[in-house]
Amino acid sequence: MSHYDTFVTDVLVIGAGLAGERAAVEAATQGHNVILLSLVPPRRSHSSAAQGGMQAALGNSAMGKGDSPDVHFNDTVKGSDWGCDQDVARLFVETAPIAVREMAHWGVPWTRVTTADHVYDGKVIHEDPENAGLITARNFGGTAKWRTCYTSDGAGHTLLYTLDSMVLRLGITVHDRVEALSLIQDGERCYGAIVRCLRTGELRAYTAKTTVIATGGYGRLYGASTNAIINEGSGLGLALDTGVVPLGNMEAVQFHPTGLVPSWILITEGARGDGGYLLDKNLHRFMPDYEPAKKELASRDVVSRRIMQHIRAGYGVESPYGDHVWLDIRHLGAEHINTNLREIATICKNFRGIDPVTDLIPIRPTQHYGMGGVRTNIDGQAYGLKNLFALGEAACWDLHGFNRLGGNSLAETVVAGRIIGEKIAKFTAEASLDVKSSLVEEHLNKQADRVARLRENRDGTEYVFDLRHEMEQILSQHVGIFRSGESLQAAVDQLRDLHERTKHIGLRGGGRGGDPEMDAALRLPGMVRVAYCIAKGALARQESRGSHYREDFPKRDDANWLNRTLAYWPEGADEPELRYEPVKITESPPGDRGYGEASRGANSAKS
Amino acid sequence: MAVRELTFRIMRYNPDEPEKKPHLQDFHLTEEPGMSLFVVLNKLREEQDPTLRFDFVCRASICGSCGMLVNGKPTLACKTLTKDLPPVTTLLPLPVFKLLGDLSVDTGVWFRDMSLRTESWIHTDETFVPDAPEVRMDNELALKIYEAERCIECGCCIGGCATANIKSDFIGAAGVNRVARFMVDPRDKRTEREYFDVVGTEDGVFGCIGLMACDDNCPVGVPLRDQLAYVRRKMAVAGWHYQKV
Repeated sequence: MSHYDTFVTDVLVIGAGLAGERAAVEAATQGHNVILLSLVPPRRSHSSAAQGGMQAALGNSAMGKGDSPDVHFNDTVKGSDWGCDQDVARLFVETAPIAVREMAHWGVPWTRVTTADHVYDGKVIHEDPENAGLITARNFGGTAKWRTCYTSDGAGHTLLYTLDSMVLRLGITVHDRVEALSLIQDGERCYGAIVRCLRTGELRAYTAKTTVIATGGYGRLYGASTNAIINEGSGLGLALDTGVVPLGNMEAVQFHPTGLVPSWILITEGARGDGGYLLDKNLHRFMPDYEPAKKELASRDVVSRRIMQHIRAGYGVESPYGDHVWLDIRHLGAEHINTNLREIATICKNFRGIDPVTDLIPIRPTQHYGMGGVRTNIDGQAYGLKNLFALGEAACWDLHGFNRLGGNSLAETVVAGRIIGEKIAKFTAEASLDVKSSLVEEHLNKQADRVARLRENRDGTEYVFDLRHEMEQILSQHVGIFRSGESLQAAVDQLRDLHERTKHIGLRGGGRGGDPEMDAALRLPGMVRVAYCIAKGALARQESRGSHYREDFPKRDDANWLNRTLAYWPEGADEPELRYEPVKITESPPGDRGYGEASRGANSAKS
Repeated sequence: MAVRELTFRIMRYNPDEPEKKPHLQDFHLTEEPGMSLFVVLNKLREEQDPTLRFDFVCRASICGSCGMLVNGKPTLACKTLTKDLPPVTTLLPLPVFKLLGDLSVDTGVWFRDMSLRTESWIHTDETFVPDAPEVRMDNELALKIYEAERCIECGCCIGGCATANIKSDFIGAAGVNRVARFMVDPRDKRTEREYFDVVGTEDGVFGCIGLMACDDNCPVGVPLRDQLAYVRRKMAVAGWHYQKV
């Protein structure tokens, strides 16, 4: 083992986005040694891309007047289609205002209340002069009050830069350009992780009293995703591979109606809010045919479903990147587009080379967020393995149930980081690092063997990028917005076959050093297993709830399905095993969420 | 419009194979509508050479990962569209930063070092009181801080900077801008003297020889020239003040 670098710490945090950094700051403040691991320099984490903001019931702005944690609670639970854990939702809404103010104390330049009147939707809004200079909020879908705190168009960016400045200030150790390949564990307890340096390809062992998974989302399992390319669900794979830690509600996947083709960058809802149309290949405006009342402004899950329905009926526009429809905002005029919708104009220009004043925008519903993840209790402790925590999008804490509200994901990162970070600190203070070197060696050797087999092409000649694209295709085609038993069964069958084929990857490029093909080859099997959990969970859940829409079971079924899916991958198994646990209802019994007027914008997102 | 065949002349170097000197390698592919260098480089890796190294994260000009020299100019690859490129395009890694392989450079380490040297965090002894309302801030001031904080640490200002290319400790426009960000923020209690100790040296504002490529090259439009002028002006005023006292 001597030829591997080894590191010992109190707390090992895998993932240096907002959730991981916030937890690390809390643990370090309370006197623990912390090492943060990151695939990329921390400030490049996907948290930086969140442009919308974070929800917290401050009630400072005129349109937020009368807001409270209670109102925020009700929005969140209803938005989740009663799939969330209500104790978690309660804790979250009570802590969010504190977390926002704490970030202000640390340096976030939140946008503030001004006394100038402003116009929204034709209505003049007068702000209370008493509140000038306090943190203001903007409107987001599915909320009764304006509650989303923001920094111009860079909420995620400023939050991440500020938190990372705290990491610097506290002198927390950061190892970037590394990837965890497996958790060191004995089926009872977690002792750290085996990690590969992406610069050199060398393996390392990190041992810790407490290990934390904060690796973010898995959007890239669906080729088309608004997510950054590093969001590959690697932390979910780590947990699943232990055989004893389950993933919760993996079938709950959120799609945003308007991802820009072919980069799948988000085009915000403002385009439709201000009067944009959706057109098919015949330039026919098709939404009124399906939704005569709401048209393009039906809720996001509804619009996404209608677009895909229309494409499946053969009305999509063909392109090298798959069929799409058009978003048309030309009739809004140059002045409106270049002022009120400037961000959209910039994205279109930079990433598609088109001007929405004169050109149609190619769009398609796009994977956006995963409500599911490593299942934890309210303290962030993972099910099934001691000394392991998880938080943020990587976790199923379960704040979001079957549908997340816009502004609640960014809020979850720093709120959960604060709450769970404190639990981690307390837990670690009483934990000891008691790991057998033989256990570390066993896990190291296992990963070293994988690397060697790949490098020597001992197992076969399957090309990793081909398999990867097949996985993306299977999920996009069968486990997307519309789901049905037959199609999901096909996905499950194909993923079983694909998983088998991942055992026979061979490298074409040799795999020396920090080789990207080796990176992909080591990562893919875990990704396919996570994909399998999504598909199998979706097949089993014979109801529609939130973002999970079954054409063959179009209604919510509380009698049979008011529960949470737990997907395990037992050691040596060739498919996941599904179990279920009840959803805790404390304050708000399941009611009518609706998919029309009552929930307009409820299927909201990160924008 | 006729479909174009594009050539990409890409610098290749793998530190694990030091016997192979850095060299340019030509790749060819057919242009597609809406194609960006993000699409191009991934296609080349997956279809022609799986060892090709480059960095992308957000691919939406937010994260700052993909700075490189495109036909000699430092810019973000993700927002570079092939329709704006000639039939032959040269791609080189950003200079100044440590080369990790092919087009991949270690901007993260450079920026972390700069952030530490400029102590890029709010310096205050005030403790956070969870139940107290937030300290008020004028929105104009919040916007001013944000304007400087918009830097995405891509390194385009550094790669294209004459001083940074010959002087390894120069903090560059990104570093000066970073100091300016904290100087305008009243939450940071550092004195002007403390800022100037960091920035008023040959490795700070006095290292700049005024070519202003940084301002031209910034892909997100941070007003780097103005920030440099701001810090110099503050120093001039303060210097005069110190002499008087």
